[in-house]
Amino acid sequence: MEFLTAHGQAIFFFLFAAVAVAGALGVVTLRNPMYGAVALLVSFLSIAVLFLLRNAEFLAVVQVFVYGGGIMVLFLFVIMLVNQHQLMETKKYVDNRWVAIGVCLILGVVLIQAFMPAALSDPASTPAAFTDVDGEARGNSEAIAWLLYRQYLMPFEIASVFLLVAMVGAVVLGRRE
Amino acid sequence: MGALLEIGTMHYVALSLVLFLIGVVGITTRRNMITVLMSIELVLNSVNLNLIAFSFSHGDLTGQIFAIFTITVAAGEAAVGLGILVAFFRLRQTTELDKAAELSG
Repeated sequence: MEFLTAHGQAIFFFLFAAVAVAGALGVVTLRNPMYGAVALLVSFLSIAVLFLLRNAEFLAVVQVFVYGGGIMVLFLFVIMLVNQHQLMETKKYVDNRWVAIGVCLILGVVLIQAFMPAALSDPASTPAAFTDVDGEARGNSEAIAWLLYRQYLMPFEIASVFLLVAMVGAVVLGRRE
Repeated sequence: MGALLEIGTMHYVALSLVLFLIGVVGITTRRNMITVLMSIELVLNSVNLNLIAFSFSHGDLTGQIFAIFTITVAAGEAAVGLGILVAFFRLRQTTELDKAAELSG
């Protein structure tokens, strides 16, 4: 019990990290894209829990809504529309997959070299900054809104135009001639 | 053992690296277009994990703002990618990527 209370964060991290990695492996290895989509959903939800452990409450909820709700429904809809409940692909992987996996491992080594020094020189965290609104302690979503609608208003507007363009593009692509 | 149980940025970066590499392997090796699109979502999600870990360790909310924009782009990418997939399926009656070889002759 003492161990549980002292290392609660570590237990949650390793548990949900393992679930996230298992879900990701499921996406890549499962033959049926429907099962892959469910594995992807499991991965998304456990990543949302990992967001919570880093004081990103608003983003955890956004992750559940946008990924778990919106994107997942879109994927499942298209899988059911396209798949016709029979698996036409005879082979799961491309022919030269071992070359691809080897190149990915080399990429992994490069990324370790690039990232690990920054990750190891971890500056002391100041969690107060996450709820700081003009020197006043508020909620995480309020602090994000404060920053988003003041300092990052222009990127926010560009993002809304981007979503409009993506929506029009998706409608045009999906339209029957 | 103590450093392993003390969850820091390094843990998050390592997990994000693993998820990123699994996603890239999925993009490069799978033949089904739907699975490739799902792997792209996985890659974008691992980037978000990285942004939030560094945002926490620096005590700066900007990383979370960036993650919001990443989620926006991921949503748009999913919509357009699946639109392309539906159009391609209407043309070829399959979702295999190898069948999209018109330009290679």
